[in-house]
Amino acid sequence: MSGPLRRGTGTPFATDPAVSDAAGGSAQARAAIAAGSRPRRFGAWYVTEHRLRGMASYRGTIIATGIGNPLVYLFALGVGLATLVDRNLDGSSVGDVGYLAFVAPALLATAAVTIASEEFTYPIFGGFKWNPIFFAINAAPISPRQIVDGQLLAVLFRMLPSCVVYYLVMLVFGAVPSMLGWLSILAAVATGMAVGAVLMSYTATLQTDTGQIAMLMRFGLTPMFLFSGTFFPLSQLPVGLQWIGWISPLWHGTELGRVFSYGHAEPLWLTVLHVAYLSAWLVVGWLVSRRVATRRLNK
Amino acid sequence: MPAPVITATDLTKTYGDFAAVDGISFEVAPGESFGLLGPNGAGKSTTMRMVGAVSTRTSGSLRILDLDPDDSGPEIRAQLGVVPQADNLDLELRARDNLLVYGRYFGIPRKVVHRRADELLAFAQLEDRAKAKVDDLSGGMKRRLTIARALINDPRILLLDEPTTGLDPQARHILWDRLFRLKEQGTTLVLTTHYMDEAEQLCDRLVVVDKGAIMAEGSPADLIRRYSSREVLEVRFGSDRNEAVAERLAGTGDRIEVLPDRVLIYSANGEAVLTRITEQGLHPLTSLVRRSSLEDVFLRLTGRSLIE
Repeated sequence: MSGPLRRGTGTPFATDPAVSDAAGGSAQARAAIAAGSRPRRFGAWYVTEHRLRGMASYRGTIIATGIGNPLVYLFALGVGLATLVDRNLDGSSVGDVGYLAFVAPALLATAAVTIASEEFTYPIFGGFKWNPIFFAINAAPISPRQIVDGQLLAVLFRMLPSCVVYYLVMLVFGAVPSMLGWLSILAAVATGMAVGAVLMSYTATLQTDTGQIAMLMRFGLTPMFLFSGTFFPLSQLPVGLQWIGWISPLWHGTELGRVFSYGHAEPLWLTVLHVAYLSAWLVVGWLVSRRVATRRLNK
Repeated sequence: MPAPVITATDLTKTYGDFAAVDGISFEVAPGESFGLLGPNGAGKSTTMRMVGAVSTRTSGSLRILDLDPDDSGPEIRAQLGVVPQADNLDLELRARDNLLVYGRYFGIPRKVVHRRADELLAFAQLEDRAKAKVDDLSGGMKRRLTIARALINDPRILLLDEPTTGLDPQARHILWDRLFRLKEQGTTLVLTTHYMDEAEQLCDRLVVVDKGAIMAEGSPADLIRRYSSREVLEVRFGSDRNEAVAERLAGTGDRIEVLPDRVLIYSANGEAVLTRITEQGLHPLTSLVRRSSLEDVFLRLTGRSLIE
């Protein structure tokens, strides 16, 4: 095809370079434009479909842990440990409620973070390395950004129902005093997705796994679970260690969940800060992941 | 002549100081079967990634289906089928599910994808493996499934990067047969290979690539005619003697190449050369007369053999 045929037809609405390129161009270019329009619009959703289909291969685990975890944790901590704690505190309680109500929103947020730590570590690294489907997906008309978006969306589709189930079990245990308690589901999901996005931005950069992911779990996530005001208020920690909670998205998510589930008293600015902090993690993790994936797939 | 589906002009890709592809130009016509032949590291795969609109060029121009991959990557890829060098099927999914999932990436409606998946499993001779886990398939089967996956969108151009590397001879022949059928149906094939027999079997036209640059271009027969003789006599005198004997062989054929393990003598008539050699009182340990191949073309052009 020669140049003059392609150039200067001046279609009034040709702002997309792909479209302006083909405007008045050859039949083969027009055919390609037509074929590319759905993937351009729905690409991220197709990636989500794919990932959910992959998850279906371990759906048994997802369902079992989705129901089993809240039962076990709420029973052991919320009932077992709570009896001990509440008795010893002699009614004064941790953070203005019974221990069960105190610990339940933290466990909910922790469950969301656990899902994130499963779905955004090995499956992402693997998608570039062991089972390098991201390259295959990108060879189809899907962009690296859409691949990242699709991963987030797919995990959201697993995390949200899991948290709903968790919340229902919390209700059964009588762990949610407030009418606004259901909002703690959103706080938990926001926490999980915020941690997940940042995890993905790291695991997407890994070229080999020489134990980095296991180290991350052991020295990153586990301490985070322990020192984020999960099992005891952050104020119980020596002042010198309280910063761990302040930088931990799990602490912010947990505190936010407590505001909703039992009306935990804290200044409004702090509640706003929780939301802003989690949003920042989510947005930064998301944008960096997109960038990393683009560099890696299109080098 | 119909408009080319691929036009590359001075196409260049550099990584830091290293030019993986160093100013190559070629065109591919619709329905043509076009090959890039060269050793590992010649820049074939990098070229394929640029043509596949997943790697941006450093300089030069590239038009695929009359579009620029920098602006219209997804549109171009919507019309391509890609068979990468290493299989990247989804190991978590079963054979047929790999096709279904992949078809969706092109926005193909579910119903159509299901029908095409069955057709393609038949084409790839994998109907009875539809429910098999990808991991349980043999190398050749995985390769065929990858090709089936690449065809799910009925592509205008099929890109194959080293399609039969690592397969046993039988699996290679099955694959060649499938690719030949596609060629007969008019699919445009672009393939890279370092196997000359593969290039001879499948390519209408090819470029010989070395160190990121094109050394020669033409049909396989054409290249052999231009850069080699009709026949080649291969003689071995033992690895320590080849070099010494080669000097005495000068003039027996059109051209002589001394390799570590054997001496190649190019001429129109290999048997006649062999007779002449024995008349000189030289008795090779083994001798073989064969027709020239692209391997000889490559050796002539680069002074190196294709597989090192």
